[in-house]
Amino acid sequence: MVVTAYRPATLAEALRIRAAERAIPMAGGTDLMVKHRRHAGLAPKFERPILFLGHLDELRYVRRHEEGELPGLEIGAATTLTDLLMAAETPAALRQAIAEMAAPAIRNAATLAGNVCNASPAGDTLPALYCFDAQVVLARSGGERRLDIARFIRGPGQTDLGDDELVRAVVLPLVPFDRMLYRKVGTRRANALSKLSFLGLARLDGDIVRDMRCAFGAVAPTVVRCRALEARCINLPRQALAAQRADLLAGYAELIVPIRDQRSSAEYRRAVALRLLSQFLSDL
Amino acid sequence: MIAFVLNGQAVTIETDPLRRLLDVLREDFGLTGTKEGCGEGECGACAVLLDGQLVNSCLMPVGLVAGREVLTIEGYRETPRYRAVAEAFAAEGAVQCGICTPGMIMATEALLARNPNPSDADIREGLSGNLCRCTGYNMIVRAVARAAEKGRGLWW
Repeated sequence: MVVTAYRPATLAEALRIRAAERAIPMAGGTDLMVKHRRHAGLAPKFERPILFLGHLDELRYVRRHEEGELPGLEIGAATTLTDLLMAAETPAALRQAIAEMAAPAIRNAATLAGNVCNASPAGDTLPALYCFDAQVVLARSGGERRLDIARFIRGPGQTDLGDDELVRAVVLPLVPFDRMLYRKVGTRRANALSKLSFLGLARLDGDIVRDMRCAFGAVAPTVVRCRALEARCINLPRQALAAQRADLLAGYAELIVPIRDQRSSAEYRRAVALRLLSQFLSDL
Repeated sequence: MIAFVLNGQAVTIETDPLRRLLDVLREDFGLTGTKEGCGEGECGACAVLLDGQLVNSCLMPVGLVAGREVLTIEGYRETPRYRAVAEAFAAEGAVQCGICTPGMIMATEALLARNPNPSDADIREGLSGNLCRCTGYNMIVRAVARAAEKGRGLWW
């Protein structure tokens, strides 16, 4: 029988197979099995061999570490969305995004790393990962590198993953926030792909905005986050944000360049995205 | 060769590891209680338990179940919990055409095993990945609540 899939026993073996065969990594399979499906009764068809990773326990963990200024979280590449929902350390913004993703049966198989590598503009974990400045840990035989999520994801379905690399983990600093607005806009509560999503996070010190971050999903080829616009809000008293609001909305409006597709129109996406931002700013 | 536990029995199968668990269950093992609805993870008709967790067998390559335990409606049917769920579904009129029912029942077991005393919202969340085109869901939600109540002690 033709070998169609490899089931390595360790990450080291997986990395050797990845380098030698250019095999397609598969953790939970919930995106790949749909993308490559054929008629009922037939196995999905892939152009290259598959490399199973979802069974590797060494990649299935949520670990808190204390290096650096802030405590951080390291999430192994085979960690499922359900694992993250159950883990006490998962930041609230990421937890809420996951709670609204798909449905239990998919969250039990799908992984965070898979959502990152799928690099869909509508990937629902991505706004939280962008806001937290998450990094992707890319392993290859004999070394690894870390890349900011915004550099790793290059465009719809496009990542910087090398032919001999696998995502080993996603890491993020546990930045403290005390204000959050997350909204996923879809046609149905469960199992809907987002028309758009918005995440706003802030930390206030009395009336002063000490930290503020916003990310928009599914309104551009990749998640929209703009540090220059965020910087305008930081260290302002929150009452002063009202005066900034029109400028901020205009600034983000330039970055929000949605497409029209079967899920929504460009106009709807743009209008709702800006209204959610406006609501977040007025609720601060 | 892929070895796993199917409904409590150790099984092995020589097949393409990328075949869907759904097809292997139905075609190789003759377990046709697991249904194909949409074939893309939207409807839950193909739901089975993998190591006690609900998964869609249409999205699961059989190579990923090696060494794990699969429970289908046929295996679940042999348990007292199943009898409590089945009686509740019958009593509440939660079955009409029946295509979604095996998946609904596996989702019910997955829910009650973690949360034996679910609220209405918990039930709707637990069944959120399972579509039913006949009942309008309220009867199914009531059936799950009834199973939890009448079957008290079975899931503790």
